[in-house]
Amino acid sequence: MASSFSRILSSKRNIGILSLVGGSATVGFLLHRDHVSAGSPVRRRYPASAEYPDLRKHNNCMASSLTPAIYAKLCDKATPNGFTLDQAIQTGVDNPGHPFIKTVGLVAGDEESYEVFADLLDPVIKERHNGYDPRNMRHPTDLDASKIQSGQFDERYVLSSRVRTGRSIRGLSLPPACTRAERREVERVVVDALAGLKGDLTGKYYSLTQMTEKEQQQLIDDHFLFDKPVSPLLTCAGMARDWPDARGIWHNNEKTFLIWINEEDHTRVISMEKGGNMKRVFERFCRGLKEVEHLIQEKGWEFMWNERLGYILTCPSNLGTGLRAGVHVKLPLLSKDARFSKILDNLRLQKRGTGGVDTAAVGGVFDISNLDRLGQSEVQLVQTVVDGVNYLIECEKRLERGQDIKVPPPLKQFK
Amino acid sequence: MPFGNTHNKLKMNYSSEQEYPDLSKHNNHMAKVLTPEMYASLRDKETPSGFTLDDVIQTGVDNPGHPFIMTVGCVAGDEETYEVFKELMDPVIEDRHGGYKPSDKHKTDLNSDNLQGGDDLDPNYVLSSRVRTGRSIRGFCLPPHCSRGERRAIENLSIESLDSLDGDLNGKYYALKNMTDEEQQQLIDDHFLFDKPVSPLLLASGMARDWPDGRGIWHNDNKTFLVWVNEEDHLRVISMQKGGNMREVFTRFCTGLTKIESLFKDRGHEFMWNEHLGYVLTCPSNLGTGLRAGVHVKLPNVSKHEKFGEILKKLRLQKRGTGGVDTAAVGGVFDISNADRLGFSEVELVQMVVDGVNLLVDMEKRLEAGDSIDDLMPEQK
Repeated sequence: MASSFSRILSSKRNIGILSLVGGSATVGFLLHRDHVSAGSPVRRRYPASAEYPDLRKHNNCMASSLTPAIYAKLCDKATPNGFTLDQAIQTGVDNPGHPFIKTVGLVAGDEESYEVFADLLDPVIKERHNGYDPRNMRHPTDLDASKIQSGQFDERYVLSSRVRTGRSIRGLSLPPACTRAERREVERVVVDALAGLKGDLTGKYYSLTQMTEKEQQQLIDDHFLFDKPVSPLLTCAGMARDWPDARGIWHNNEKTFLIWINEEDHTRVISMEKGGNMKRVFERFCRGLKEVEHLIQEKGWEFMWNERLGYILTCPSNLGTGLRAGVHVKLPLLSKDARFSKILDNLRLQKRGTGGVDTAAVGGVFDISNLDRLGQSEVQLVQTVVDGVNYLIECEKRLERGQDIKVPPPLKQFK
Repeated sequence: MPFGNTHNKLKMNYSSEQEYPDLSKHNNHMAKVLTPEMYASLRDKETPSGFTLDDVIQTGVDNPGHPFIMTVGCVAGDEETYEVFKELMDPVIEDRHGGYKPSDKHKTDLNSDNLQGGDDLDPNYVLSSRVRTGRSIRGFCLPPHCSRGERRAIENLSIESLDSLDGDLNGKYYALKNMTDEEQQQLIDDHFLFDKPVSPLLLASGMARDWPDGRGIWHNDNKTFLVWVNEEDHLRVISMQKGGNMREVFTRFCTGLTKIESLFKDRGHEFMWNEHLGYVLTCPSNLGTGLRAGVHVKLPNVSKHEKFGEILKKLRLQKRGTGGVDTAAVGGVFDISNADRLGFSEVELVQMVVDGVNLLVDMEKRLEAGDSIDDLMPEQK
């Protein structure tokens, strides 16, 4: 047992060393789909049928797609880093879900998870992303903010504008599977790159383990601080291990560009400001992202990305653009109209409370953002939000004047 | 554990310093003992079933602990953990179990005839008596590491064996995922039902995975003998009843355990046990006997005495609230039990509880009468 273990170790070591020395581009090439197979043998004493999880009370995308046959086919496989199917699905097994809210129910431990476990991930992606088929569709990436039209909202209604996404560093395992050293490496690579940002993007890093109480209070007051996750969806996936080691927050001096390090993804990138200038928020977002990418490339690193799935993140729900562009907008009349949900649906928008996902709206103020993530580009999604929110504001104004509103025709899914 | 970085092969490309956890704010046995050198020496090892050092210590890394309460901070994933990671486990065990050395031998004694007295703890003060322990089935991984298949096999074996018990031990199994609302309510009312753990100490070790698959509760018709399956250990065995007849509780405990052991053996399985560590359980704090014998006892006066803590320490006893570990005492009623687990036999530990509780009740009566208890002060046991 010991000798086969060390043999496996030494072959993976080569790939690991390449990623450290030669830059992750080399690794990306080597870990092409053809080279990825069974990986290390997985200890198993029982047949797949004895190990198959009991999903009868479950309502999540993993449970909908994981048949006993697919489980049997994939349960002995592992990615080259050693991430297994059981690890990927653990969060979905432990969290049966809610009849009204369908969660995803699985996570990736590394970039290769999306290949090795494609038989499960492809149908999950298809269900979650409204029919997007990774087998034969391509995801467009477009970070040219100049294409946005009418990106300034009426500030009597729109209180704030925000765009967020995530990025993963190729060659390093994702939060469910990473070791402490890998996580610290993510922190080092990103903080190093952020230190190179200039002009309005000049900023500072606050490590969770080292911040002073004063800094912590300031970050809380700015609504920037993130805490150890309490949601069992996240903790069951193993991403809160070793908290708060290598976690931190970076933001620019103007407090309009913010990066979370090693929370649910390697990085979460957020551009935001008060008011309704979504175009400027998105412009800064794109500029900042491109600058950071350029800075890490100088050191031989790159983001996880491919043509089929766009940007690779921990949760399959965030593939593609990983982008959520939204506003806090006052819609006290429209939100009480019975047609509100249908209007949002047709505009491909989603409402949330002012505290974010799973919170309530306060004072008629809603968080309105794009529903889709994959299959449309960043520019397309932000334009959808711009057009949609402008329409909602029009409706609100009409209702104020006592005029009737119309439910718009549904937007096409994939452009 | 199967989630986390157990299988992560890139780990070994990083140096030990790069992987070593930040334990600067930690107060648990693992953090006290795990030096960078020890980490370097053990980090590339794994047990035959694949449990690694990082798996052992994850709960201790994720839970820095409390300045006043020293938790263990590490768990075993299988029987071999205690061997493969001896370098870490031995000092943790020594620290936790009052100086127990790697060369020491542990005595097992489940012959209740060897207990003296214990049948007449004053029921005006002692409300209930209880003895619990745990058992692990050899050849299976422990709760932090086991697969669903293993957990279900343990459940099936347990059901088969427990179903063969008869006489006053005749009983029934209630699987957590199959019980009716009515059964569930009854188990709650009887104070038998266990729930999915919420303590981060337990969750971080991975033992709540796949809940409630493979978990359940068995109890006899008389409701005096109870077995938890696949909670924090493979089996937790509990004998309890109202009143102060600890002797009867312990006798049933020993008889039941011995019967269960032979029923498992009939099916080709034995309990994890060895001469040095006694019964092997998930948490190093439960090694040896894994035994906690205790009573709920009314001590409103003694508990306010300035020497209460010292008395308990001398008697080798421990106090808890009426809800169990980390709860408060209600109405002057305390849970008093043995502090030790390893290095003393079952009979010795129950004897300490019997003798100690008798003394505490005497002290309570004296203080009620307004008399002093100075002459009753015990020696260090």
